[in-house]
Amino acid sequence: MTKRYGNVTVLRDVDFDLRGGEIHALLGANGAGKSTLCKMIAGLTEVTAGSMRIEGDVYAPHHKQAAESAGVQIIQQELNLIPTLNVAENLLLNRLPSFAGIVSSRTLHRQARAALDRLQLDDVDTHALVGELGVGHRQMVEIAAALARECKILILDEPTAALSGSETQLLFDQLSQLRDRGVGMIYISHRLDEVKRIADRVTVLRDGRHVGTETAESMSTDQMVQRMSGELADERSDHSRSDQQPDAEIRQRATASAEESDHRNDSTVLAVETLCCGIVRDVSFQLRAGETFGIAGLVGSGRTELLRAIFGADRAESGQVCVAGKPPARFGHPSQAVTAGLAMVTEDRKQNGLLLQQSIRCNTSLSAMFKRFSRYGLITPAREATVAGEMCRAMETRCTGIEQSVGTLSGGNQQKVAIAKWLTRDADVFLFDEPTRGIDVGARRRIYELFEELASAGKGIVIVSSDLDELMETCDRIAVMSAGRLVETRERSLWTEDAILQASFAGHRTKESQRLTGT
Amino acid sequence: MKQKLTQSFLQYAGLLGVLVLLIAVFSFSSKNFFQTQTLVTIANSNPDLIFVSVGMTLVLIVAGIDLSVGSLLALGSAVIGVLMVRHEWSLPAAFSVCLLVTGLCGLFNGFVSVWFSIPSFIVSLGMLEMARGGTKVITDSQTMYIGSRVEAFGEPLQWVPLSPAFLVAVMAVIAGQFLLTKTVFGRYCVAIGTNEEAVRMSGIRTAPITIAAFMILGLLCGLASLSQTSRLSSADPNAAIGLELSAIAACVIGGTSLMGGRGSVVASFIGVLIIAVLQSGLAQLGVEDAIKQLITGAVIITAVLLDALRVRWGKKSG
Repeated sequence: MTKRYGNVTVLRDVDFDLRGGEIHALLGANGAGKSTLCKMIAGLTEVTAGSMRIEGDVYAPHHKQAAESAGVQIIQQELNLIPTLNVAENLLLNRLPSFAGIVSSRTLHRQARAALDRLQLDDVDTHALVGELGVGHRQMVEIAAALARECKILILDEPTAALSGSETQLLFDQLSQLRDRGVGMIYISHRLDEVKRIADRVTVLRDGRHVGTETAESMSTDQMVQRMSGELADERSDHSRSDQQPDAEIRQRATASAEESDHRNDSTVLAVETLCCGIVRDVSFQLRAGETFGIAGLVGSGRTELLRAIFGADRAESGQVCVAGKPPARFGHPSQAVTAGLAMVTEDRKQNGLLLQQSIRCNTSLSAMFKRFSRYGLITPAREATVAGEMCRAMETRCTGIEQSVGTLSGGNQQKVAIAKWLTRDADVFLFDEPTRGIDVGARRRIYELFEELASAGKGIVIVSSDLDELMETCDRIAVMSAGRLVETRERSLWTEDAILQASFAGHRTKESQRLTGT
Repeated sequence: MKQKLTQSFLQYAGLLGVLVLLIAVFSFSSKNFFQTQTLVTIANSNPDLIFVSVGMTLVLIVAGIDLSVGSLLALGSAVIGVLMVRHEWSLPAAFSVCLLVTGLCGLFNGFVSVWFSIPSFIVSLGMLEMARGGTKVITDSQTMYIGSRVEAFGEPLQWVPLSPAFLVAVMAVIAGQFLLTKTVFGRYCVAIGTNEEAVRMSGIRTAPITIAAFMILGLLCGLASLSQTSRLSSADPNAAIGLELSAIAACVIGGTSLMGGRGSVVASFIGVLIIAVLQSGLAQLGVEDAIKQLITGAVIITAVLLDALRVRWGKKSG
């Protein structure tokens, strides 16, 4: 099967088979194509090429309902229950037993009870509101909801991400029962020890390709990581680069220029000390002037949370942030961080980076409005327009003019505006969260050049990215984050992409083994 | 500069067109309509709605809403009445207290909704009841006649037939438009209404800005109290019931978005004039109140429909 989004191929000629009564784990690094594969099976996205069969019959679901009627259920990372309804209503939401539009409460609860009993969930009350249940029970209810329908294939995407050790055990017991009843399960997880414990077979995907399928017993967790990172497969780089020619060229150029120019000097511009915030645990690092510092890690490892905690978007529980020349602080609001000299380009520019309905001019001037574009509280429009125009030219933003509304720009040009907003303000340290996600090659080239320019001006740059090539080619140093901790930091030249991937799993493996020895 | 003037004229051309059309229709159908006297009467009887609409525009732009304006007007009016009649205060002193009270009520609306993340719809709904109740308590539910001491503000001047209240209201419109388009505060209001989280992540504290918008509306309610009290020569505890809906209607006719981020004080002002001309024109034609309501409602929906279509066409061509 092949899946393309536009001209980007995310899944290529993957063969995958699932037997009845087995738990089949699907492994791979960020962007390897696990979720895409599952979405295709569950009818959430369309297959570009290739076919699927269930028990010999051709299976081509165009939407989720079609997949469900064929007996395929998916449980995604986000819980899809309605917290204000009770357990029974959630279980039977799309087919409430009713007569003339009036729900029969007794039948409802009897059917719900039966569905829960099948999973031996005796301690869950069908009258309880889902919002009042613990995460583990909610997950179980969701599974029960999936199984309450006719189900041959169950897809679980990171089901244990939010579960405690005992809840995980509960889940595994249920999965074993389902296995005995002949249900085939696809199980996605970053926690390799869990995979060892529960899975029968393991399939590894890498860069959208099928690397191999083996029984779980025959594979050690180390071997799994090796497969995912591709240490044993040398042909890999040829494959992944060949269909991204323009990209590769740009990156090579960027590498070449980055190698010539190390702008680092000895003064520290940002020091983060034992910062804790939610999933982020005891993160410390120092950033020198002119340094580009990359943070790699799996999705959900706490990278965005770390940047938000540094920037004061979320209040850190402990630890402190010290920007050069300012007293150490723990920022409680982004305005304090900005005053201290930080800037942050957010991951989701539509959600919290840009004013989509407003003009390029308004967006560009926003963060520096008070500082640069006003006198006695009055806007200085001429200056604002001049600077916005200059920024458009400098960033090579393709637009009809500074009055064009940002929402009508392409993704890459939107990102340029989101960055320009901070360039007008001028900061000592720039935090970039996934700076080139979903943008075109030209914009990416311009943004890489900008990193160079900022570094040569003595700014500190922190880049969080899931694109390892990007980190390898723009950063001076790269740290790897895993399960909320910075597990390893090295000079760029001392890293390989495989080593980064291995480190990405480090936190999960130690945590898992601790948990096992602890219980 | 000239280009700028034409541009801003074009921006309001649609609304002004509707206004002129309405005046023309009424002038043809009713002989007495197109007279200075009629137009002057319309102007002089609506400054309270103008004041409130100026503030309401700001509040709607920050994606808030304030339903308590009618009650605040009555409360302010009651404060003036009680202080001047029972305590023999002078008008300036009584008016100062009135401004203080309505301003604080606006501040309360803003503070509670922002600080505790409660929709301003709910908070101001509570304030609507509280302020009306308070008004009745301090006036014993009686209309208080104040007399000539307050009338000057609402009566036509000697050299123009317009009242000081109307002139001050027009000044408030100009000041409000200036505040919205030329100041950092106004820019922040528009930005907050568009995407508050993006503004916060740009390092700007949004809470004081939003609260200030509510407080400005409270203060303008105080001005509206004075204008209403002077026009009626008395403080009526049952005054301005439903004023909030007229003010919101005026803003919406003027193209202000209830989702926030878009609006113009001048356009809201024209919105007030359209409602006022419609009301008095229909009255002159001898249309019954019931039919008047029906037509007013239809005009509001038509105006919003036209605006929605304009936005949609703008998107297609842009």
